Amino acid sequence: MNDMMLLIEPLIPPLRRYARALVKDHATADDLVQDCLERAITRWHQRRQDGDARTWLFTILHNLAVSHMRQNRRRGSHLTLDDGVDEAMIARPATQEDALHHADVMQALQTLPEDQRSVLLLVSVEDLTYAEAARVLDIPIGTVMSRLARAREKLLQKMEGAPAQEAAKGGATIHRPAFGAGIFRRVK
Amino acid sequence: MNAGRPITEEDFQAYVDHALDERRREEVEEYLSTHPDAARRVAAYTAQREALRAALAPIAEEPVPDHLNLARLVEARQHRQARSWLSGPGAGPWRNIAAAVALVLIGGAGGWSMHGITAGKASMNPESMLTQEAMDNYRVYAADAVRPVEMHAGEQEQLLRWVSQRLDRKVAVPDLSASGYRFMGGRLVATAHGPGAMFFYDDSSGNRIAMLVRPMKHDGDAPMTEHQKDDVGGVTWCNRGMGYSLVADASAQALHPLADEARRQLRTKI
Repeated sequence: MNDMMLLIEPLIPPLRRYARALVKDHATADDLVQDCLERAITRWHQRRQDGDARTWLFTILHNLAVSHMRQNRRRGSHLTLDDGVDEAMIARPATQEDALHHADVMQALQTLPEDQRSVLLLVSVEDLTYAEAARVLDIPIGTVMSRLARAREKLLQKMEGAPAQEAAKGGATIHRPAFGAGIFRRVK
Repeated sequence: MNAGRPITEEDFQAYVDHALDERRREEVEEYLSTHPDAARRVAAYTAQREALRAALAPIAEEPVPDHLNLARLVEARQHRQARSWLSGPGAGPWRNIAAAVALVLIGGAGGWSMHGITAGKASMNPESMLTQEAMDNYRVYAADAVRPVEMHAGEQEQLLRWVSQRLDRKVAVPDLSASGYRFMGGRLVATAHGPGAMFFYDDSSGNRIAMLVRPMKHDGDAPMTEHQKDDVGGVTWCNRGMGYSLVADASAQALHPLADEARRQLRTKI
């Protein structure tokens, strides 16, 4: 039991970060983490001894998040007006400039397809190795690499394209079809 | 690493992620020093990686909320295990009754509107209706992050006593652990044909499958049939008047071996 506490507890903050970057809504993200932790507690003795706890927990959380997102999609769009970017997600910015930058990168991240977003987050933010990410996502390493390359390229285009697009519209509200259900985002 | 091995796109990604060994990293750096376009792109990826990490870092620095406190979660689980269904039902059953009432109301309304739709064409056969009920309940409960089951695996005996009493039939739970699915527990659910028992299982990655059990109007057997609706697949069969539908967020085909195993066990248990 102590063993479990020592291994799982330090992983809770990264798990929350991954969940929130995937599903955005704070309460939902934490519910997913709670569900993940409860499963981990229940099945601690069943986990594969050769796999490490971090990959195991991220696998559980990822599957829960994906199944949650799928359920939402099936129900039709659950996106709401304020679903564009969650300002609270960019917590405690050092400067105004940082805040803007963070908002941009988070906004761009949300335009990526779910499979690219998860690869990018697991590798770039959570520091999983390519092999670990492949285990979490249950895909070959080659697929991890190609999704990662596509995700980075797409994110780059979004980030570089965004300011020009906003300037062209003269700072009015702009339509972002990439968000799906016709979401309008207020531009600063 | 062979010297002179061509530089690939994967090398660029691994360079950004600090995943190259020193020798390869030097080779990539050498390449980038003479290829400004690639260098610009790799620099942009690196900046992007840093921006993502910086934007998300504060989340991991937040204090962990109480409901994610591991010690509490462990304690809550031990409490649940120790608690007997009969000696201390707590708030659970009442919440479940409220949910069942709500489902009956929804089911009733759905059943009525379905009546009009299906009246025109050949009506659904009993197995299709059972599958539909299993899928509907699966969508509601398997997606529930907080309380997918009303009674946990540790309370299996009480759970079976309860649902057997409500269904007025002996109900048994197949053990699918040999196929990698752990029994999570179950609950009583509402169907258009009265109460049903739903059992949930999950695998080591957290994928959930469920089996709905309820008495059928006919007393006989029905062979296994596969059903698919969007992402949810189901395999349904009847044995001596009891209907079973195994459903999951998977193809019906993939579920078939599990259904075979469940049916084999249920035939010997009941």
